[in-house]
Amino acid sequence: MRCKEALLPHIRSSRWIEFGIQSLSVLMALLFTTLVLVMAGAPPLEAYRQMLEGAFGSLKRMTDVLATWAPLIMVTSGLLLTFTAGLWNVGVEGQIMLGAIAATGVIRALQETGLPPFVILILAMVAGMAGGAAWAGLVGLLKIYTGIHEIFGGLGLNFLATTLILWLIFGPWKRPGIASMSGTEPFPEHLWLPVLPGLRLSPWTLILALSSIVVVYVLLMNTHFGLRLKAIGKNIRAAHRLGVPTSRYMFLALLGCGAIAGLVGALQVTATYHRLIHAISSGYGYMGLLVGMLANYRVLWSVLVAFFFAALNIGGIQLMVTLRLDSTLSGVMQGALVLFVLLAQGSQARWKPTLIPESRDDA
Amino acid sequence: MTPEWIFGLAGVLVAAAPLVIAVVGETLSERAGVVNLSLNGAMLLAAMVGFAAAVQTGSLELGFLAATMIGALMALVVAFASLTLRQSQVAVGLVLALLGRDLAYFLGSPFMNIPGPRVGPLPIPVLKDLPILGPLLFQQTPTVYISVLVVVAAWIWMFRTRPGLVLRCVGERPSAAFGRGVPVTRVRYGYAVLGGALVGFAGAAYILDFKGGWQGPISGMDGIGWIVLAITIFGGWHPVRGAFGVLLFALLQWLSLVVQPSLPGIPPQVFYVVPFPLMIFALLLTNLGNAEWVQMALSRLPESRRRLAFRILHSLRVSPPAGLGMAFKEE
Repeated sequence: MRCKEALLPHIRSSRWIEFGIQSLSVLMALLFTTLVLVMAGAPPLEAYRQMLEGAFGSLKRMTDVLATWAPLIMVTSGLLLTFTAGLWNVGVEGQIMLGAIAATGVIRALQETGLPPFVILILAMVAGMAGGAAWAGLVGLLKIYTGIHEIFGGLGLNFLATTLILWLIFGPWKRPGIASMSGTEPFPEHLWLPVLPGLRLSPWTLILALSSIVVVYVLLMNTHFGLRLKAIGKNIRAAHRLGVPTSRYMFLALLGCGAIAGLVGALQVTATYHRLIHAISSGYGYMGLLVGMLANYRVLWSVLVAFFFAALNIGGIQLMVTLRLDSTLSGVMQGALVLFVLLAQGSQARWKPTLIPESRDDA
Repeated sequence: MTPEWIFGLAGVLVAAAPLVIAVVGETLSERAGVVNLSLNGAMLLAAMVGFAAAVQTGSLELGFLAATMIGALMALVVAFASLTLRQSQVAVGLVLALLGRDLAYFLGSPFMNIPGPRVGPLPIPVLKDLPILGPLLFQQTPTVYISVLVVVAAWIWMFRTRPGLVLRCVGERPSAAFGRGVPVTRVRYGYAVLGGALVGFAGAAYILDFKGGWQGPISGMDGIGWIVLAITIFGGWHPVRGAFGVLLFALLQWLSLVVQPSLPGIPPQVFYVVPFPLMIFALLLTNLGNAEWVQMALSRLPESRRRLAFRILHSLRVSPPAGLGMAFKEE
């Protein structure tokens, strides 16, 4: 394959066409967002400037972007396991929430025992991973034993997880006297995951993010497990006939993704909010799905795309402050980007034969 | 005097009407082979645009028209991406579901919690004075009548006309249809867009009739689209069965709100998500008959009970159109 690319110049020129089409799709997405801004009566250029400024205007803001990037890339790398197995793990949002619930439960149970803080924090992380994996396992069981598509099982469980959090906040874990949307009673300060002085970024989150990228990369690229997941994702029937235990591997992929998502939930609780709140997942699950799609399900591209999405999110917060625009604008930009790139990829495949003489025999 | 529960049941019909229309829309689209997963985003965006248009023009009709067009447009994007560009219907649908929701919340924020026009009841002369049936069925809003008409029309169209036969064939055996001279892709485009238009109309009906106003993220609308998709499956891609699925659903949800005061230990938030476990349960019922371990378990039951259990599961079982979500190349 590779030597053929070197030999045939017109295939290399198709690289340029590919690049051109991809840039065009980014331009289209920008045009679309500009249109949306004009419809909302906001000055588009000023809005973009504010977003850039909000994301990169100071060192502190750049570390804020990193603090959003870390959980986002963790969720995305977990999702790459399920994407590779051909699964749409939309339930990842609920898996984050269950991780947060489990971690909060452990901390609430142990905070008065006098155990060393790092022991409690590690137990909370482990519990978070178990919680996320269990919620993902439910999706897997529903799919394997009753044939319910993972999208419906996952979405149903997402809404259930939201309810579970609301019930806990207003019921058994309510703050004494004032049950409200503000969440549970904050943990004592020695049980907060340490952050860099003056910043919101925790080095532990960064380390966990980097290790989850490495783990997923190695799993997918260098192991039998990864190879078999890919076989299932490409053609589940063929994989089954060749003796791959497809159900077990899909289940394992879901458990792996759930565990990472649960860990993110635990980090949200211990490093960011220091309590359980209603919006504990920060939408990282759905964002991770978009990142994975935009990166075309590749690990290293996801790292960059996740960084870009994190910057959009932090920049979006600035818009809310200065231009009083709803911060969902960053979601609009992210969605538009993925949509137009999907359309561009499709057009490329559709109209390629008219642009370049057909020469591939391995299609 | 009309008893209280009649009004409760009449309210169930109002709540069900938008969902019924959306389920019929999605049924038409999926019967032709196009899964429109964008429903949740499409309904939210259509509802918001419909409300905004109705507020700005003061005309409910224009509101419904705008919403219908938004729904059709979203479906057109799904159809174009999947039929012409051959991208995954799931990927495009999912992205549009998320994009539509964010767009609705972003563009809709100036219209949150402001008063706007609302669809009023349209009693039908003579019939409205019938005891019990009058208040239940004939003093409803136009949306309810339209939902009934849509179901009946879709049923007649799908099962009693020749174009309906073509529709089912395109979803079931596209190559056979194509061999007979049916322009498969064009038919699929047509029903996807028609289905999307109904979904958009349903979104407007939810806000302009049932809810009476756009409240952004707390309109209680997020998730409705997913439920519609689930009921489309539960209804076995049949408009009448789908409509009954919605009614059952709305009834159970109403009952859960009725019993709520007698269960003070449970916070009210819990009752608002009752639909979602119900959704999983409904899909569970339709799928159980296909599962191997269920067949095994059934075979151990005594003869008489096994037959009964088998018959129940069999009647709930559904099978999707064979060409659903499959790419088809005309050549």
